[in-house]
Amino acid sequence: MLEVKDLHVSVEDKAILKGLDLTVNAGEVHAIMGPNGAGKSTLSAVIAGKDGYEVTQGSIFFEGQDVLEMEIEERARAGMLLGFQYPIEIPGVKNIYLLKAALNAARAARGEGEVPAPEFMKLVREKSAEMKMDTSFLQRAVNEGFSGGEKKRNEILQMLVLQPKLAMLDEIDSGLDIDAMKVVAQGVNSLRSADRAILMVTHYQRLLNHIEPDRVHVLVDGRIVKSGDKDLALELEARGYDWVVEESAA
Amino acid sequence: MSAPERFLERLTARRAEDPSWVAARRQAGAARFEALGFPTRRDEEWKYTDVRRIAEGDFALATDPGYDASRFEAQRLDLDAHRLVLVDGVFSAELSTLGQLPAGVSVEPLSQALTRNHEAVGGALGRLAGVDFSPFTALNTAFAEEGAIIRLAPGTVVDKPIYVALLSRAGGQPVMSHPRILIEAGGRSEATVIEHYAGEPEAANFTNVVTEVLLDRGAIVNHYKLQEASLGDLHVASIHVDQGRDSRFNSFNLSLGGALVRNDLVTDLNAEGAEAAYNGLFFVQGRQHVDNHTLVNHNAPRTFSNENYKGVLDDRAHGVFNGKVFVKKDAQQIEAYQNNANLLLSDRAEIDTKPELVIYADDVKCSHGATTGQLDEEAVYALRARGIDEAMARALLTLAFAGEVMEQVKLSAIAERVERAVAGRLPERFNLSDLVETAEAVQEP
Repeated sequence: MLEVKDLHVSVEDKAILKGLDLTVNAGEVHAIMGPNGAGKSTLSAVIAGKDGYEVTQGSIFFEGQDVLEMEIEERARAGMLLGFQYPIEIPGVKNIYLLKAALNAARAARGEGEVPAPEFMKLVREKSAEMKMDTSFLQRAVNEGFSGGEKKRNEILQMLVLQPKLAMLDEIDSGLDIDAMKVVAQGVNSLRSADRAILMVTHYQRLLNHIEPDRVHVLVDGRIVKSGDKDLALELEARGYDWVVEESAA
Repeated sequence: MSAPERFLERLTARRAEDPSWVAARRQAGAARFEALGFPTRRDEEWKYTDVRRIAEGDFALATDPGYDASRFEAQRLDLDAHRLVLVDGVFSAELSTLGQLPAGVSVEPLSQALTRNHEAVGGALGRLAGVDFSPFTALNTAFAEEGAIIRLAPGTVVDKPIYVALLSRAGGQPVMSHPRILIEAGGRSEATVIEHYAGEPEAANFTNVVTEVLLDRGAIVNHYKLQEASLGDLHVASIHVDQGRDSRFNSFNLSLGGALVRNDLVTDLNAEGAEAAYNGLFFVQGRQHVDNHTLVNHNAPRTFSNENYKGVLDDRAHGVFNGKVFVKKDAQQIEAYQNNANLLLSDRAEIDTKPELVIYADDVKCSHGATTGQLDEEAVYALRARGIDEAMARALLTLAFAGEVMEQVKLSAIAERVERAVAGRLPERFNLSDLVETAEAVQEP
């Protein structure tokens, strides 16, 4: 589904990713871990098309399409969605406007008509309930005045409504207490399916107790230096990152 | 011949048979206008607004109130109202609907009030807007021959909005009109009054309107000024408000049309408990110029004002906001809040904003702020990252910016009209009203 090859990315002329390779297949959940400053967030940001990242070498393909040639909104409509580490406040734009406009944009890209109002309302009510969010959140401006936990739940709500093929979650666990973490994890787990993939970026192993990954990758200094199954995350939790850094330097 | 002389020449030709008291007022207005002349950018109050396009124009006075009825039908606000219509400053009985006014309310064209009712009208008219306020009020005093006289007896609550439509027509020589509007609200009376400026798209006329509003004790007036005139129209307006004890004046100044628009809004809070709310929204494009000067005088203790003006400027449009709050000595325990926020959608759009607080009392709560900026690019990105295309993202954010003022608009016919105008830049397939309906419906269990 996602093929990243020899990806080099700079931010303000500073090299952040230095030859990253990653393949994610449909049905898989991948976790990218690593020490701070390794470039974890850069990877998902580049795939989502955020400004300020310069790809100097390499390629990203999603279902055979050259991602780097696509506009930000085309990427989202094709099914790549990024859940932000720091969800952005959008004063005055109601959550429900965003959800409906985004859903209709994705439908239009698939050649489908606008979502009928009753169907849409049923959908958002159901998904809000799953995320333990009162429907009053739908009337509020996107993320404005939301607590940290509410913002993260709101990111997942968008995923549940838009049903991306590739859900990328950037530090979705940061700032969550255990109850909020469970709700978020439940939401993410409900996205798991044979035709969907999930790419999580996280610093801590804690999240992976709730969302079990198929593959764990360790990103050090712009490259994936070690990959394994979920046991690798446990080892990282127990031993820290230093040994992987040393191993990769050797 | 000087520009003032050239303007006043039209007056001599026109008004030969006024009652003597009217003639005397006209002479006073004309003399003052001639002495003052048109303002220039050297005048502090006109620093950012050049009125040469008016001064150098040659405007006739209209006599014919004919207006295409189907065009009016399409342009008028969709609401049930008591309606008075002026076309190029001439009363149109045909388009007006004043037949079913409830007891205690009178709405008359000025020309009629001057002949039938002149003593009562003469006492109030010009009390707030004297010939010294500006050359344009002097000019209006000299020329005013039509307008609307609205009077509410004490305790009268008007069932429907009073809707004054001022239409501007195209074709032939440009015309000028100097409408005069007077609202006298008796104690504990309540009314909504709408001034709506519209017209034919090719019109290029000059409107110089003066509105006076007197609120007696406990009166409530909701005043809407909706400016949707053609992009060729020149428009100068001043609104003067005098508020008695516990009265409330809610102003909605919504400016979309016109080539050049200047609004002066002046409120005197003269007794305890008087409260004024100024809500303003201007959205200008092309080479439109809009200048809003507001002034609140807190003349008595425990008076309140709250002002929020928002501007959206695109292309090479130019906006001016000058908001003054004046607190008199001993006007203690007043509250005055003012905010002006502007959104520039283009590099070449320009805004001059100047909030001013002058406070001579020591126990007051006052704040003011002015911000000018572009759309938040982070927010544009956040919307695009959910699949919403860039044009729509920008439109949504622009609408959201205006939304804060529009939320205060209680008349849905006006709110929807302005929202649609602001949303004019939304891609056609984006069904805004559908979204709004969905948002409302999802609330229900």
